[in-house]
Formats: sequence, C-alpha cells, structure tokens
Amino acid sequence: MTTAEVTEQPYVPYYASKGKYPGIFGWIFSPDHKRIAMLYLYGILTFFLAGVLLGVLMRINMLPGHKIMTGQQYNAMFTLHGIIQIFLVVIPAVPAIFGNFFLPLLIGAKDMSFPRLNLFTWWLYTIGAILALVSVFFGGGAVDTGWTFYVPFSLKSTVNVPLAVFAVFILGMSSILTGINIVTTVHQLRAPGMTFFKMPLSVWGFYSTAWVQILATPVIGVTLLLVIMERLFGIGVFDPSKGGDPLLYQHLFWIYSHPAVYIMILPAMGVISDIFPVFSRKNIYGYKMIAFSSMAIASVGSLVWGHHMYVSGQSDLAGIVFSLLTFLVAVPSAIKVFNWLATMYKGSIQVEPPFLYALSFIFLFTIGGLTGLLLGALSANVHLHNTYFVVSHFHYVIFGGMGFGMFAGFHYWLPKMTGRMYNKPFSIVSWVILFCGFNLFYFPMFIMGWMGMPRRFYDTPPEYMAMQQLVSIGSFIMVAGLLMMIANLVKGAFSGKKCGPNPWGGTTLEWSLPSPPETENFREVPIITKGPYDFSSLKDSA
Amino acid sequence: MSSVHSDHNADRIGMWLFIATEIVLFGGLFLMYSMYRFKNPIEFHTASLELSKVMGTVNTFILLTSSLAVALASLAIRKSQIKKTMVLLSSSVVLAIAFIIVKGFEWAAKFEHGLYPNSAILAGKPKGEMLYFGLYFAMTGLHAVHVLVGIGLLTFVLFQVKRNKITPHNPGFLVNSGLYWNLVELIWIFLFPLFYLIS
Repeated sequence: MTTAEVTEQPYVPYYASKGKYPGIFGWIFSPDHKRIAMLYLYGILTFFLAGVLLGVLMRINMLPGHKIMTGQQYNAMFTLHGIIQIFLVVIPAVPAIFGNFFLPLLIGAKDMSFPRLNLFTWWLYTIGAILALVSVFFGGGAVDTGWTFYVPFSLKSTVNVPLAVFAVFILGMSSILTGINIVTTVHQLRAPGMTFFKMPLSVWGFYSTAWVQILATPVIGVTLLLVIMERLFGIGVFDPSKGGDPLLYQHLFWIYSHPAVYIMILPAMGVISDIFPVFSRKNIYGYKMIAFSSMAIASVGSLVWGHHMYVSGQSDLAGIVFSLLTFLVAVPSAIKVFNWLATMYKGSIQVEPPFLYALSFIFLFTIGGLTGLLLGALSANVHLHNTYFVVSHFHYVIFGGMGFGMFAGFHYWLPKMTGRMYNKPFSIVSWVILFCGFNLFYFPMFIMGWMGMPRRFYDTPPEYMAMQQLVSIGSFIMVAGLLMMIANLVKGAFSGKKCGPNPWGGTTLEWSLPSPPETENFREVPIITKGPYDFSSLKDSA
Repeated sequence: MSSVHSDHNADRIGMWLFIATEIVLFGGLFLMYSMYRFKNPIEFHTASLELSKVMGTVNTFILLTSSLAVALASLAIRKSQIKKTMVLLSSSVVLAIAFIIVKGFEWAAKFEHGLYPNSAILAGKPKGEMLYFGLYFAMTGLHAVHVLVGIGLLTFVLFQVKRNKITPHNPGFLVNSGLYWNLVELIWIFLFPLFYLIS
C-alpha cells in the first residue's frame, strides 16, 4: 500500500471496516486490539452484572425475615460472587478493556505486539468463564469454599471444586498472556521520540501491572493444579494425614493473590493519573514519582502476602516483617494521592463526569487504604481478622478504588471508543446516587466489623440487625445508581450525540485521532517531541 | 497491509517473558519440595532409593542430546543448511519420544511396586515418603506434560521447515521453540538430582 493511497482513503471507523470474515466472525476472529477490547467489554460487563446480582441476593438474605436461601446456597453465593468479580471482572477489566483499546493509541502504535495472541487471550477468558459456569451446575454443584479455595476444606468439600479451580487456572493463563503482550508492546512499539518518561501515566500503570501479571500469576497456576491433583489423585502435599502442610497452600495462594490486588488497582491508578491533568488543564504534578511509585507498589507489593496470615500460626518474626513491608507499600500509594491532589491545586478545574468519578476514587481509595493499615498492624488484625471490617476494607479499595477508577475511565474514554457522548447531567445524578449508596452500604460494615460481626455468616446476631438493614438498604441504593450509570453509558454509546475527536481537550495521542479510531489507528506514525500533559498548545489554539 | 504484523525482536522478548513465567511456575514446586525435604530429610533419602538411577541418568542424557540437537538446528537453519536442520529436528523429536517411553517404564515400575499416591503400600510407610512420591509424580508429571507439548511443537516446526514456512531469513519460530525446549531440559536438570541423587 503506498502513502498516496493512505492519504486519500476515506475515514472508516474500526467497527465498520471490512475484515476477513463477515458478521460476528469479523469480531470473534479479529486480531484488531480495539475489537478485542470491545469483546472483553461485553463479557466483563455481563459478568459484572451477574456478580452484582449475587451480591444483591445476599443482601436481601440479610434483611430480617427474608431468608431466601439455605446456608449452603449462601456459601455458594459468596464464593461465586468472589470468583466472578475477582477473576472474571476486576483482574481482567482495566488491562484487557482499556489496556487493549488504548495502549497502542497512547504510545502511537498500530496494534499490540502480538495481535493473534491477544485474540487467543479472549478465547481463554471465554473458555474459563464457560468452565466456571459449568462447574456451578454439574458434578456436585456450586463451589462453597470462598474464592480463596483454602485447603483442607477445598479438598473435603463434595462440590465441584476441581472444575472451578481449573477454570481459574485458564483465566490465569489468559491474564499472563495479556501481561506478556503489554510488556512487549511497551518496549517495542512506542512511536519515535516517545521515551519512557514521555509515556502517559496510564501506560506506566498498564506496564507495571503487566509485570505483576507475568511474575505472580504462575504461582497461583501451579497451586491450583496441585489442588486438582490432590483432589483427583491424593498426592498429599496439602494433606496433613500424608505429611503435607495446609498452611503452605495459604502461602502459595497469597504469593499470587496479594500482588493480584495490585493487578486490580494499579491500572486504575494509571487511568486516574491521565484524567486529573485533563480536567485541571495542568501538567501532572510529580510525573516521575507517580511512574516510579507504580513500579514500587508492584515490587514491594509482591512481598507482603503474609499479612493475610497473621492468625494462621506463622512465626512472629514473619508477622513483623510482613507488617513492616505492608506499611511500606502505603508510602508509594500515598505519594500518588498527594500528587493527584497537587495536580488539581490552582488548576482550572472542569467539573465533568470523569472528573467526579476520579475524585470519588481518591476519597474511597484513601478510606480503603487507611483501613488497610489497621489490618496490617499485627495487634489490631487479631481483633479484626475475618470480620465485616475486612469485607468493607476490601470493597473500599477494589470497588471504591478500582471500580470507580474504571467508571471514571468509561466516562473519559467511552466517547473515544464509540464516537458518541452520553448524557452528562444524568451521569452526574447517577454518580451522586452511586456514591451515597456506596458509603451507606460499606461504611457501617466497618463499624459492625469493629464490633465483631464475622464475615461469611449466613445469619445475623440480633445486636447487629439494625445496622445490617442499613447496609442492605445502602446496597440497594448503590445498585440503583450503578444501573442508572450503566444504562446511561449504553444508551450514549448507541444513540448519544456525536462527540468529535477531542471532547475533553486531552493532550495524549488518542485524542488526536477521530472518534472512534480507524482499524490502523494512525495513518502517519506520530513523532513525539513533548511530554504527555502539555496544555500550552491547546491554549494557543483556543 | 495485512492486519497481523510480525516483529522478531518482539517475538524474542515475548518468548523470554513466557519462559520467566514457566520458571516461576516450577519455582513454586521447587519451593514446596525444599520445604518438605527440609522437614523430612531421612524419609526423602529412603524413598529416593526406590528410583532407578540408571534410568534417570539415561533419560538425562537423552534429553540433553535432544536439546543439543535443537540448538544445532537453530544454527543450521541460519546457515541455510535445510537438510541438516531437518535431520537434527527429527532426531530431537525421536529422542523426546524415547524420554517419554523411559519415563513410562519408570512410572509403570512404581505402580507395580505400589508406590503411588493413595496406594495401600504407601499408606504403610512414613509420611515423608508419601510426600516424596506425591511430589515425584506431580513434578515429573508436569514436566512430562511439557515434554509432550515439546514433541508436538518440534514436529510442527519440522513440517514448517519442510514447507518452507521457516526459512534462513525467518527462523524465529524455530529459535523460540528451541528456547522452550531448552527450558524443558533445564527443568529436568534440576529434577534429576533432586529426586534421583539425594542422600
């Protein structure tokens, strides 16, 4: 194809271009990173809503006089809720949707380094999801072990543990391959002139996450394989009656699953770091510190798994070391928070929906992070272990942090992905409802946990009943806000007003392209001379 | 322009990252092995006497030679020696199959002696020996799965060379498959002394 032809080509958005296959095959066999991102989006959105539904059912069950399920069903509910939300939604969401769609756009590339591998990861994701669903209905029924699959219960439970565990193994493979693709792409495909320190911070987020995906996920992979072998052949490595040690399972599980928390939160932090400069019309404060703190969180965060096991009987020395390291991770996280705040200081703030979601990210993540320090302290942990406090802390960090970060990302980037703008006032209204519902839902759980309400309980002791009701009502309000937000985004994606290439006045590369971009992304390879958040040129043109 | 592009450097980086994940995967198992051996040094030694050092050594030689053949094939294709490449690749596949056959005999012998997880004979032995055989089957089993994948992969490479899809100017797929095969051999280099030669 010659250059002359390229310039004369009419504009064809990526979703309308003719590929090798017709119809839906043009999507599920397409190596285009943008189409793959949309496939992930549909899958993840579906499972997110399913996970939310399970959560709502559990909250209904907690209302007085509304026991809609048996104890066993409740166990299966919180297990499935955890498996779905963690392995099918939170871990893949930002890297697989935004990472796939925007990483090449942000660094000026035409695609990821391994487009076919990329498509393969989506297929693995789909296969893993199907296996997880099959495990619910066949071979003894839905898993009831909790999403952590702790031995020895996961070895004894009569439900279909092996298949569910295998599904998570497949999802892990998908996650590893996505990580390999992202690291390679960042190293190989940056546009000329885009040095590492000229990359947008979201790219740093994807990049540091990808390293954790690559280096931590295999550990859970092999651990889950051992659980399967233990179930099928009784090899004995986790079985005390054969000399095995169940505690070793916990170590191996958390060696992955604690870093996995950073797989969840780091890319969302990256997205937030892209959003604040745009809506403050100001360069990011402390670019390098934010970039380095991502890498610091990724590396130190890999060494703190033992703080899940303070009361498991591990040695005091181990507990002290893990506690110290846990406090250390708070430092790079705090650096990010202060830098975001400093970015807004004296900025020219534009109060748009993405900005509001990003702001609430800081608020909720800070609460989640600080309560994490309470849990990281050895003595306090003994009191708070396995209570609602932990549940609440986790949801503040992951739902309030990663979830709101992802929502901010959708409000920021969906117009680029679809070419259409959603209804902004409506989205602000749903944000208010969502945010209030969220706090009404999870904040009382801190207090309940502090008072001693254990998590994963099917029933509630009478002294917690009033608060339990408050929590359930909060959850209903939150879900109402959530559904309003999603409905608005979906409606906007199909029938919103056309928004043009740069609705927010962003300065990163994706805004230089038409919305939605073409299959080839860039007709000419861009040459980068400035940092990512240079708003001076925008001022000149305005 | 086709929508799928290729980039040799990227392929190499991707392959090394993949190898890193494999090392971490087996790393978890080695971690587990060292912990249990530290706890049960005597039982591990007693149990290891049940393995055939001769067969283990033979298999080590087989796998090392197979790995060497692939490495030489990577060199040969760059020098445009297509025929030599194909001979080397075929011999590496044959050796890999031989490895699996020897392994099969070893496993069969263990089963004959009742030395497998959940067996009645093993149930009468100390816990450390049960663990040893649990780990033995888990680790060599997972390794054998990697060997089987390698056999499929190298056979595919052989056909691609024959069909001129892998050429002296485009040897990336062969080189990367060779890297994978060297990794499989490397893991065995650790498994062999840990299970056969401990005292």
